[in-house]
Amino acid sequence: MLPVTASLSLYKRNYYTLQEDHWHAMICIVIITLLCVTCIYQRSKGLEKVETMFMTTTLHSGDEILALQKVSVRFGQRTVLSEIDLSIRGGEFIGLIGPNGAGKSTLLKILLGLLSPSAGSVRVLGSAVRRGSAVIGYVPQKIHLDPGTPLTGRDLVGLGLDGHRFGFALGGRHRRERIDEALRSVDAIALAQSPVGRLSGGEQQRLLIAQALLTDPKILLLDEPLSNLDIKSAREVVRLVARISRERGVTVMLVAHDMNPLLDVMDRIVYLAHGHAAIGSVAAVVQSDVLSGLYGYPVEVLRTKNRILVVGGQDTELEDWNLAGEEHCDGGVTVS
Amino acid sequence: MMDTWFGEISTAVLSPGMFSFTFMQNAWLSGTIIAIVCGTAGFFAMLRGSAFAAHALPKIGFAGAAGAVWLNANPLLGLSLFSIGGALGIGWLGKGARRDVVIGLVLAFGLGTGALFLSFNNEYAAGAISLLFGQIVGVSQSEVVDTALLALLAMAMIAFLYRPLLFATISPESAEARGVSLRMLDILFLVIIGIATAITVPIVGALLSFSLLVGPAAAASHLTHRPGRAILVSVVLAVVSLWVGIALAYDTGWPVGFFVASVVVLVYAGARAGAAIAGRRQTAGSTSVKA
Amino acid sequence: MTGFWRAIFAAGFFSNPEVQNALWLGGVIAVVSGAIGVFTVLRGQSFAGHAMSDMGAAGAAGALLAGGTAIAGFLSFSVVAGASVDLLGVRPRDRDVATGLVLTAVLGLGSLFLFFDTRIVGAPEIILFGSLFTSDPGLTPWLSALGAAVLLALAIVFRPLVFISLSPDTALARGVPVRAVGFAFMLLLALAVGESSLVVGSLLSTSLLIGPASAALRVTARLRHAIPIAAVLGLLATWLGILLAYDSFYWPPYGRGWPVSFFITGLVLAIHLLSRLWPPAARYGSTTAQRTARIGG
Repeated sequence: MLPVTASLSLYKRNYYTLQEDHWHAMICIVIITLLCVTCIYQRSKGLEKVETMFMTTTLHSGDEILALQKVSVRFGQRTVLSEIDLSIRGGEFIGLIGPNGAGKSTLLKILLGLLSPSAGSVRVLGSAVRRGSAVIGYVPQKIHLDPGTPLTGRDLVGLGLDGHRFGFALGGRHRRERIDEALRSVDAIALAQSPVGRLSGGEQQRLLIAQALLTDPKILLLDEPLSNLDIKSAREVVRLVARISRERGVTVMLVAHDMNPLLDVMDRIVYLAHGHAAIGSVAAVVQSDVLSGLYGYPVEVLRTKNRILVVGGQDTELEDWNLAGEEHCDGGVTVS
Repeated sequence: MMDTWFGEISTAVLSPGMFSFTFMQNAWLSGTIIAIVCGTAGFFAMLRGSAFAAHALPKIGFAGAAGAVWLNANPLLGLSLFSIGGALGIGWLGKGARRDVVIGLVLAFGLGTGALFLSFNNEYAAGAISLLFGQIVGVSQSEVVDTALLALLAMAMIAFLYRPLLFATISPESAEARGVSLRMLDILFLVIIGIATAITVPIVGALLSFSLLVGPAAAASHLTHRPGRAILVSVVLAVVSLWVGIALAYDTGWPVGFFVASVVVLVYAGARAGAAIAGRRQTAGSTSVKA
Repeated sequence: MTGFWRAIFAAGFFSNPEVQNALWLGGVIAVVSGAIGVFTVLRGQSFAGHAMSDMGAAGAAGALLAGGTAIAGFLSFSVVAGASVDLLGVRPRDRDVATGLVLTAVLGLGSLFLFFDTRIVGAPEIILFGSLFTSDPGLTPWLSALGAAVLLALAIVFRPLVFISLSPDTALARGVPVRAVGFAFMLLLALAVGESSLVVGSLLSTSLLIGPASAALRVTARLRHAIPIAAVLGLLATWLGILLAYDSFYWPPYGRGWPVSFFITGLVLAIHLLSRLWPPAARYGSTTAQRTARIGG
């Protein structure tokens, strides 16, 4: 009844000496030591982050909170951003508008400290930008989740509080209350126990906003939150974000490629095209001559009753990373 | 009468010696440890979609075992080195479509090397081949200790990385914005899978050890939507699958991997069906509010 | 000069009938795998290709047990596997789960068959590592015909296949039968994989499938060039591998020779790594990256 695979077992028994035990034990000890060292190092950095969290900078709205001076970003031959000058004050609602490939994501990465500019300086709250700073809250565009993902709304939001720290979450009631408070501020307390995989895009969006709010950020960056939503949901998200901005005095920078849903709430607009930016009120910036200057070719701004349309001479966005240009399907894959 | 009938079945299923042979006791112990690690690591493997890595690492490890046999070293050492080394290699090579291709190629070359080593040394080649299928015979006490040590290491790493790993898996951009190093976590997680592979392959076999990693966690995700509970359920399912697998392998002499894989598939199908039935009953009183 | 020649091409290389058969068969496999492989890599279906070769192995093991031939098992199982995976899931996520489930079940059975096959000496090795030098020469015309048929079919569906692989949404909008063409490609993939598994082994057919193709796609952006380049690189790896395997008969340990699969997979990996030094000619759109992102570790 026993399997007859004796050769290997005999071989192992004959060979196995004490030295083998030492090997494995030594490897384990080395790796555990490395882990401990990393843990200690991370804890020391973590304390710094905690301090930032509780830092009570009395920020008066109107103070300059974000300053970019002559920021340029070049990847090899390509210039993604050229000489961007921005000064954003506390409490403002800024719309970062521009076509695909204009450099909006790159600008966000600069603000988050994930990318260093090739030239120029970036200052957040007066000091140099730092990666992982709790001062800036980031809401990604979309997360891809299976319907069956075992994670509740509360779990997802809780990641924003301490997801970057090692180990398990210990904090019990206090931690739960903070998460619930964030959930309430985005009207998502009903979703606390729901499995996140089964929520709609809009619901997931709200949870992601709550997640970003947990560190009490002074600045909230939203990366194209409206792109995958229907008009009604988009309007609700804009209203929600505007309300949060007012209630908490948070500066908002909302990235979109269509400015129309934001016309009512934006304080100023940053229009980004081909790496060039113009900042100012909608009335000042969204003009044919200004935008033509940014794009580098003639564009026209059409104003209808409540919509603004920017119509350009060339419709193809060649900087898009899609395999465009397959119109003729001749078997050639040509990408710009 | 019922007693004898029951007694007959239990002696057939729980064959004599199943719990009294030393090597069997070692097998049970080792198996339980393996299942706990696979159930836990599998939770993240499922979330991260690491199916290809789960397939590839055991086979790369097998090549290492073949190499060790050729060098007259302990095959399990070769297995561990190549599993963990392979994990580091895959992690280092970067993410995305390119990674799939490189995993496939490294895997193939690793197996080519395994074939080379096997061709050199015919005497124990058959023994190395047995690592493909897994075996419960000859699980020595030192092997159990090794397994326990490595398992402890893997569990410690999982516990240590629990929050950032979950964050980086679910919401990578937010995690990156908060300063989490996605790449570091990626590599470390692959090492965890490598360790899990190294301890699972001797008993479950290189061809099918992936099923213990991926299956129970997938089943658990249909049964609960709380992460903590999902891990617990995943561990329980993995342990049960492995116990049944060992028992049946002892009874029939067929490879453990086959039974473990079969039980895992049945459990998954059952979990899926159960969830579907429960879901249908619940839809009547569902109050999900859509935005 | 003759000494140098003799050092590279060991005595009897060109006259040896087994070598001739291996060169021809290996060449056929390399070309077919290269062509199909370009689309496999483009469509992000490397894992599916790997899964199919594994399932083909299960089929071959079962066929051997049942007294049939390995080739029948390889081909039938990978075709059935490919078809069922394609049918079981419409959305990529469904397909992954379905693939995993079917794969697990079939591999479980396959491993059982392989285990029983250990009684037939060398059977697992043949299935897993191939039998390029020892394959039955009677099979060669059939395998060549199959290879030619696959290439012909590929030429027929070439244009719609390119369309649905690169711009699936546009293709759908234009009325291209996306599902049908995708299914047809899965079948071609299954046949190519089944055939190559027989010759170089199921564990290694993946490398001939995706290695030369990925190198070719790195070097050129035009599909019309990528396919011949992939075929040529595959041929290079296979023929050089055969040569080295033949020569290794004279290397230590003497008289036995190193397995040809070792050389071929090593060369394929080397070619791929070398191609990485080339500046990338094309960038893949988000569609391909997203499709495979879930599969990564």
